[in-house]
Amino acid sequence: MATPTVVPIDKIIPHTVKPREDTGLNNVKIGIWLFLASEVMLFGGLFASYILLRVGADRWPRGEEYLSIPWATANTLILIASSVTMVMAWASCIRKDFGKYRLYMGLTVLGGLGFMIIKYIEYTSKFHHGYFPSTNTFLAVYFTLTGLHALHVLSGMIVNLYFWGPGAKMWHTEHERFTNRVETAGLFWHFVDLVWIFLFPILYLL
Amino acid sequence: MAESEHHDHDHHHEELGFWRKYVFSTDHKVIGIQYAVTGMLFLFFGFCLMMLMRWQLAFPGEPVPLLGKLFPRGLPGGVMLPEFYNELGAMHGTIMVFMGIVPLAVGGFGNFVLPLQIGAPDMAFPRLNMMSYQSFLIGGLIMFGSFFLPEGAAQSGWTSYPPLADIAPSGQTAWLIGMVFLITSSLLGAINFLVTTIQLRADGLSFFRLPFFCWAQFVTSFLLLLAFPPLEAAAFMQLMDRVAGTSFFLPSGLVVSGQALEVSGGGSPILWQHLFWFLAHPEVYVLILPAFGIVAEIIANNTRKPLWGYKSMVYSLIVLGFLSFVVWAHHMFLTGMGTTMSAFFQTTTMMISIPSVIILTALILSLWGGSIRFTTPMLFALGFLPMFGIGGLTGLPLGLTAPDIHLHDTYYVIGHFHYVVAPGTIFALFAGIYYWYPKVTGRHMSEFWGKVHFWPSFVLMNLIFFPMLIQGMAGMSRRMYDGGATYAHNEGVLYLNKVISFAAWGLALAQIPFILNLFLSLRKPKTASANPWRATTIEWAAPSPPGHGNFTRPVAAYRGPYEYSVPGESEDFTPQFEPAKAPVAAH
Ligand code: HEM
Ligand SMILES: [Cu+2]
Repeated sequence: MATPTVVPIDKIIPHTVKPREDTGLNNVKIGIWLFLASEVMLFGGLFASYILLRVGADRWPRGEEYLSIPWATANTLILIASSVTMVMAWASCIRKDFGKYRLYMGLTVLGGLGFMIIKYIEYTSKFHHGYFPSTNTFLAVYFTLTGLHALHVLSGMIVNLYFWGPGAKMWHTEHERFTNRVETAGLFWHFVDLVWIFLFPILYLL
Repeated sequence: MAESEHHDHDHHHEELGFWRKYVFSTDHKVIGIQYAVTGMLFLFFGFCLMMLMRWQLAFPGEPVPLLGKLFPRGLPGGVMLPEFYNELGAMHGTIMVFMGIVPLAVGGFGNFVLPLQIGAPDMAFPRLNMMSYQSFLIGGLIMFGSFFLPEGAAQSGWTSYPPLADIAPSGQTAWLIGMVFLITSSLLGAINFLVTTIQLRADGLSFFRLPFFCWAQFVTSFLLLLAFPPLEAAAFMQLMDRVAGTSFFLPSGLVVSGQALEVSGGGSPILWQHLFWFLAHPEVYVLILPAFGIVAEIIANNTRKPLWGYKSMVYSLIVLGFLSFVVWAHHMFLTGMGTTMSAFFQTTTMMISIPSVIILTALILSLWGGSIRFTTPMLFALGFLPMFGIGGLTGLPLGLTAPDIHLHDTYYVIGHFHYVVAPGTIFALFAGIYYWYPKVTGRHMSEFWGKVHFWPSFVLMNLIFFPMLIQGMAGMSRRMYDGGATYAHNEGVLYLNKVISFAAWGLALAQIPFILNLFLSLRKPKTASANPWRATTIEWAAPSPPGHGNFTRPVAAYRGPYEYSVPGESEDFTPQFEPAKAPVAAH
């Protein structure tokens, strides 16, 4: 009989926090890996398109003709550093050091912010020079790929900011679950970082 | 759920209001019903679009009776504009595939049945599940709403091939945005299904004890997860082409209506086709695998026999899943690809037919020697077998370049894939509705009206789609606004247009018993027991309908899914969820 009353569903769904014995993983961990697999296909589709368009083009500009390698190098370093601080934030969860967690998570968010600011500077300077997505296919690829990547950085920042601020309440109530969440957010953040590591040489250097 | 239940208040729990219970529910059963009902409404809408098209094909240029006033934009004075025909065609395809079949087969059946069959209290991520439905609804409403745009809905086919789609009116932009929502919905759903199946199986329910239905949903979810993102990428690029003026899919020097197009050029229309079919071929398996799953359950239950070759069916399913990613370019033989490429894709296409044939053969052999109960679900499941057989076999010539040169883009293709999805998948879905209705509602549908639904539908489906195969072989092109009347070579097969159209309208009438049966049965008393079909799988351990959290006692699996007519047992079914009565002798 359906009753109109309710037990919070998290309480009745198994393996939300503790791993299942035979798979050795909890639900969220499998979920994020599957999600990342779909993301690989998304960016894979775009990279494949890039290759096809480039191979088919009469002339394909080198990245430096339009783009700023110093800014992009700076962004690469920033993202890598923020991946490191993300790991430290997670480690602080395991060591139960709330102050350190706050610090490292905050730094991770700031890293994302730095990346976005540089991206903004890059974009506006392109527009200033009259370079738009419609200018040629190289710039179309550049704006689409980096734009989509920037959206990912932004979503990662929002998630991290949430776990830095209001979401951190769970630290005290359900610590293990919170640690899992930070780990999951971290996996996403590393993935976003990894995508950039591909984008940087492909767009700027080659 | 019935009003009577409001009696048993339990004051220790919070009470759910109307909105949380029916609209923003996180209960997989409610979400399943939401998906199924919305999907059926869209199927009906897509069907109506098709009935309008059929008028124009049967009576080209003659005013449509009565409807001219309703659609002043597309039917001025009742006569259909060519652009409107294209809208109807593009949206019929889009709606049927992405907003009808998939939401009903995966969102509806998968959501409702899968957690019950694996003995889980709900999906692994109930809130994601809700978001998945909501995203689907938004996408669906955008698609539906695009008909009311000043220039109407998308008109470039469900395939949205550029360059046409790139320069088409604004409906195409709505189509792309709608698709992004539908894709997001599928991704959330797929992740949920996979995690649920991997993590929430009841004790003892190993992968090779999973009912075939669960396997079908599992593989389907992988296809959705991995095939949709490239289309999403393609949709972003087409959106950029349309909104930001890029030329991803526009070649240099394109001339439209005698004028050179002012774009940077350098893009490739073929690139879109690759990305589109990389999704859309796996998508056709998304349309058919859940149907296999439903039919397998019903056949085992109504033959009172285990499925013949359950394991080979499961392996076939997995092989099919993998191969479906390497056949996509068989839709593109006429794009001038090299012979090496086409040889590769012909080979993989012939290979992928093998697992499909194994599954179909196993299902047919499962009937052998069974004491078949001809219930309504079984009739539809039996109807599915030859219909899918025709659909599958007519696909083989399309997978070989030589016949495909002749058959490509003709009504033969339309006939072929409709045999798969209309009398194929849709029959399986009907079978599933009749089969699980008692579980969902606690009530039975009328068997008599079910049979009245089946027989005319079966005859009419064939009257619609078989003539299409003939027209196509005669060379009649698809997507023709006048039904092919301009071309002399079609003369001999034009009369079939009327046959098809009348059969299609008749098919609509044949659905009336179903619709009445579906709704009127809701007013019957709740007499369905927990296991009315005397079935073996775990969903039948839950009450009909199951309450919040699904099971009233802990469930576990003690044996395989189809232990029917086990020698030495007193009953002809031994449910998966019943512990062994006496110690089983080792053999
Ligand atoms: C049951 C009754 C159905 C009938 C009578 C029917 C009839 C038709 C007709 C007449 C066309 C257009 C042919 C043309 O102008 O080229 C068409 C196209 C199409 N139908 Fe159906 N259909 C039915 C169900 C379905 C279902 C269930 C699906 C989905 C899975 C579906 C998917 C499509 C697609 C994808 C197209 C191609 C649209 C395009 O050209 O872009 N149809 N159908
Ligand atoms: Cu295909």
